Amino acid sequence: MRKEVRVAGFGGQGVILAGVILAQASGAIEGREVAQTQSYGPEARGGAARCDVVISDKRILYPKVRQADLLLAMSQPALAKYAVDLDAAKGKVVIDSTLVNELPDGLPPVYRVPATKIAEEEFKNRIVANMVMLGALARVDDVVAYDSLKRAVAENVAPKFRDLNLAALDRGYQAVEGPGLRPAAGANDAPGAPASGGR
Amino acid sequence: MSEDGRKVRIIQGNEASVEGAIAAGCRFFAGYPITPASEIAELMSRRLPPVGGTFLQMEDEIASINAVIGASWGGAKACTASSGPGISLMQEGVGYAAETETPCVVINVMRGGPATGQPTISSQQDIYQARYGGHGDYEIIALVPSSAQEAYDLTIKAFNLAEEFRVPVYLLSDEIVGHTRERVVMGGPIEVRERVAPPKEGYRPYAAGPDGLLPGMPAFNDGYRLLVEGQHHDERGIRAGDDVNKSAALVQRLNDKVRKNIDRITDVERVDLDDAEVAVVCFGSTARPALEAVQSAREKGVKAGALRLRVIWPFPEKVVAELAGRARTLIVPEMNIGKLVLEVRRSAGGRAEVISLPRLGGALHTPEEVEGAIMDAVKGGNAR
Repeated sequence: MRKEVRVAGFGGQGVILAGVILAQASGAIEGREVAQTQSYGPEARGGAARCDVVISDKRILYPKVRQADLLLAMSQPALAKYAVDLDAAKGKVVIDSTLVNELPDGLPPVYRVPATKIAEEEFKNRIVANMVMLGALARVDDVVAYDSLKRAVAENVAPKFRDLNLAALDRGYQAVEGPGLRPAAGANDAPGAPASGGR
Repeated sequence: MSEDGRKVRIIQGNEASVEGAIAAGCRFFAGYPITPASEIAELMSRRLPPVGGTFLQMEDEIASINAVIGASWGGAKACTASSGPGISLMQEGVGYAAETETPCVVINVMRGGPATGQPTISSQQDIYQARYGGHGDYEIIALVPSSAQEAYDLTIKAFNLAEEFRVPVYLLSDEIVGHTRERVVMGGPIEVRERVAPPKEGYRPYAAGPDGLLPGMPAFNDGYRLLVEGQHHDERGIRAGDDVNKSAALVQRLNDKVRKNIDRITDVERVDLDDAEVAVVCFGSTARPALEAVQSAREKGVKAGALRLRVIWPFPEKVVAELAGRARTLIVPEMNIGKLVLEVRRSAGGRAEVISLPRLGGALHTPEEVEGAIMDAVKGGNAR
């Protein structure tokens, strides 16, 4: 199994931290082979930022993403730029629906979570939108177990922000919507419709 | 952590280099931050003080390399880290370290050049700078890691080689190796070459043994009579630049101590070479798509193999010559304008076709691109 995950958005959104947490969850906690790489401009904030995580059961030679299985898009330009690199057959897209409104044609299944809105309104801190996105990922795909993500957040985030980040992660897990999602464990959602695809 | 003290972490190559340096006994770092090497300085500033080491952020890279040379003579295993522009500034100091036979490690996390070039993007453009960056005739040793694990392993080895051969040793990492987070197994039993103080009685700091190497490494303030001199010098360290014979002998030895010990320094990985008709000669991050291409070609029944260099200077010419005598085609992928291919071609001496597969701009070759070159070589061979 080789899965390629891409997190993309603006610099300052925590795109790279999201990828690092995913890599720690898969690699350090689940014991898989991982290669996490990143692309960013010289700017500290505002430029395009991208973080790629390759997860495999075998030794990873080529460390870069060729055709992403999963794209977490946190900005409109990021979706526009990386939609073409998605695996149309197996791929899935998770969008921050606060910031991404236009969906290009021909996308694989799209899952929506208003990550920035949740971060701003519920947590008064837009910096945790990345954790909302990661929580959504754990619900949308089995590339990583939700419990592993929680442990990785707890181990890699400064202690005073741990509870905030874990709460944001949980909100993403609960709030994401899209085709074929089963109800979140412990959520009060009505029983989900029969899966029609996506998983 | 396991029973033998090994621990597994998911870390960047740059972090792995720091851990390797500390494990090898590095207790001094002087540097100036620069992308994509800054994590090394950042982590050194946190890791060195608790183990009794010293971290200095210097005013620039010229001061950094000179502080490293001073620290080494002060008794500490020492290193610095930078990238293109900073490494350029260090060249006078690297030459001085070579002339004065100062053990030290210079980590170059290569980025795209020339000039400010591409701060956040990888390259392998500085391989000749490592060998020829300073003026005059001297030899250095350069190691090229392909992964975070090798950034750890080869940084340890770099310190050991610096001590053994009394030369500046480069770790030629690059942005991809330096910034990729992946599994690294650290700790456990590792081989570390400790400094041995030479006998003080009648000590001559530049009297070499029959292998051209200086026995032991003294330190200032330990009771030695030490003169560290950038002009050519005699066995006592006293200036002899006006003595043509002593000067010739010194420069010859500075080069020979590396050249004549090449078999001890050479470090390659051979992958599927026994029956290979097409062999990829690769190093650093470019080796990763190259090895994947070889795997894929093998699965299709193509007799492909790879020679991966972990040490590029001194260049393993005998190993490449021997390979050229057996394989029909050698392919050299590299993230520069086509540089190491010149050494491969020279070493092959016309016994094998040598194909250059250069790439500029900093995007890593894809496995498909290297495999395509392998397949073209196979077809070309059948047509002949």
